[in-house]
Amino acid sequence: MTLSPSFKRSLWVFHFNAGSCNGCDIEIVATITPRYDPERFGVRLVGSPKHADVLLVTGPVTKKMAPRLRRVYEQMPSPKVVICIGTCGQSGGVFYDSYNLDGPVDDVIPVDVYVPGCAPRPEAIIYGVVTALTKLERIERGEE
Amino acid sequence: MSDGTPTKKAPYVVPIGPIHPALKEPVQFLFEMEGEVVKKADFAPGQTHRGIEWMGMHRNPVQIVHLTDRICGICGVTHSLAFARAVEQIVDIEVPARADYIRVIIAELERIQSHLLWAGVAAHELGFDTLFYLAWRVREESMDVIEYITGNRINYGLVQVGGVRRDIVPDQHPTIKKCLDGYRDLLGKMLNLFLNDTTISIRCKDTGLLTFEKALELSCVGPTARASGVVKDVRVDYPYSAYGDLDISPILPSAYGGGINGDVYDRIVVRLLEVAQSVEIIETCLKEMPDGPILWESKLPKLLSACKKAHGEAVGRHEAPRGECLHYVAMDGHEAPAMWKVKASSYSNLHSWIPMLEGEQLADVPIIVASIDPCLSCTDRVAVLRGVKRDLMTKEDLHRLSVEKTRRIQGC
Repeated sequence: MTLSPSFKRSLWVFHFNAGSCNGCDIEIVATITPRYDPERFGVRLVGSPKHADVLLVTGPVTKKMAPRLRRVYEQMPSPKVVICIGTCGQSGGVFYDSYNLDGPVDDVIPVDVYVPGCAPRPEAIIYGVVTALTKLERIERGEE
Repeated sequence: MSDGTPTKKAPYVVPIGPIHPALKEPVQFLFEMEGEVVKKADFAPGQTHRGIEWMGMHRNPVQIVHLTDRICGICGVTHSLAFARAVEQIVDIEVPARADYIRVIIAELERIQSHLLWAGVAAHELGFDTLFYLAWRVREESMDVIEYITGNRINYGLVQVGGVRRDIVPDQHPTIKKCLDGYRDLLGKMLNLFLNDTTISIRCKDTGLLTFEKALELSCVGPTARASGVVKDVRVDYPYSAYGDLDISPILPSAYGGGINGDVYDRIVVRLLEVAQSVEIIETCLKEMPDGPILWESKLPKLLSACKKAHGEAVGRHEAPRGECLHYVAMDGHEAPAMWKVKASSYSNLHSWIPMLEGEQLADVPIIVASIDPCLSCTDRVAVLRGVKRDLMTKEDLHRLSVEKTRRIQGC
């Protein structure tokens, strides 16, 4: 780890539901509970995007949520990383032909890490957050 | 405001949502406040509308089953079971008895995990995070068993039109029984922690009241209705699958010894006792499961051609963890259904928010909102889209459209 002291052991995560079926959201909450306990490493869910380093986006981005997703993304301070959780946020998944989607997520905001799965397991979500950490390191070093 | 004269500032309007830390799903609330008291409450769902019914009307029943899994990630089996039951009635499929028992087992496992999930969320909304973590740690045991049976933690993909896709073999029984025994031992502890704790009693008793009359009037379903004393349970009233063979009765809060108040506390009682009931049901089903096939027809082309020939309409119902879930399906000899309508359980319960919230303090809003166990991804069904502008339809508008359509059909 070559992160600055302010990042070390304190990666804060904000969760945004952009029209998900709840499956990924429940897995995100399951991830922060004692079985997996990422709070050991300082990873925790926060209530405001202004406090967050990482944005977890679930769901295929419905038309109503797209402007809100942009606003939440803009409210986050830099450097920031966006993780797209679940297949439907990456390709539309089972909702691919819906009339009410503005997604996938990377059409709305830039995405750094993709965690596929419907729904991904908690281990996969933690792996995604760890991958985001290395990305943040690269941003810190000025490589990206 | 003490003299009752309206001031310029009051009532305040406090918007909450759609993205808010107290809400797990997007929904927007508008509260008219006077001091700390909610005078008027309103809510606007629709943020998670994905147009599932519309998509379903372009797919065949086997594909739709996988779409129904993804209506809601918590009730993974609820919607697929209700949909499959509707199609089975139209096509006249007799589901093998073993499949019926497996369906009941997975439905009850889902009830256990959903109620524990809710118990955790409720504790979290009260600020009692220790209990939240305990409930969710305990919930993982049921998730393990669900994964053991179906291969998935969420969106199980177990139900198929005409049966189930995976069997429960005798080798799996010990693991399932171990989990059930664990819950049986734990239940006393959970009841004690939730119901005898001062914090929870102070915050939940007489909060978010829903009277028996109001619950009937608003057609509430599931634990929300039962906590107000309405004896209503699809599993008992209209037995389906293997529920007809089982000896179950709806659980009311009076089962724990107290009276029926219809407050948040009673909703906790009902849900925790239902976990115990589900444990018993699964145990009985494992014991009495008959041998035999698990699918009416294992070859998908045969199943699809039978569906394609079918004409008719039917309603499939299932008692989801949150209450009655209803799927209406009409088929007219095409591959895709002619009509598919989903009535999720939360849809019936959302309106009970308004009488519950009015007159309560703003600080009680999260626990009251959570107390009906809302599931918005199930509920967001109706949105009318013209271009990118969304029109809200009032009752008058709908009536006008209905009259116009009648005239159009009559050709005058």
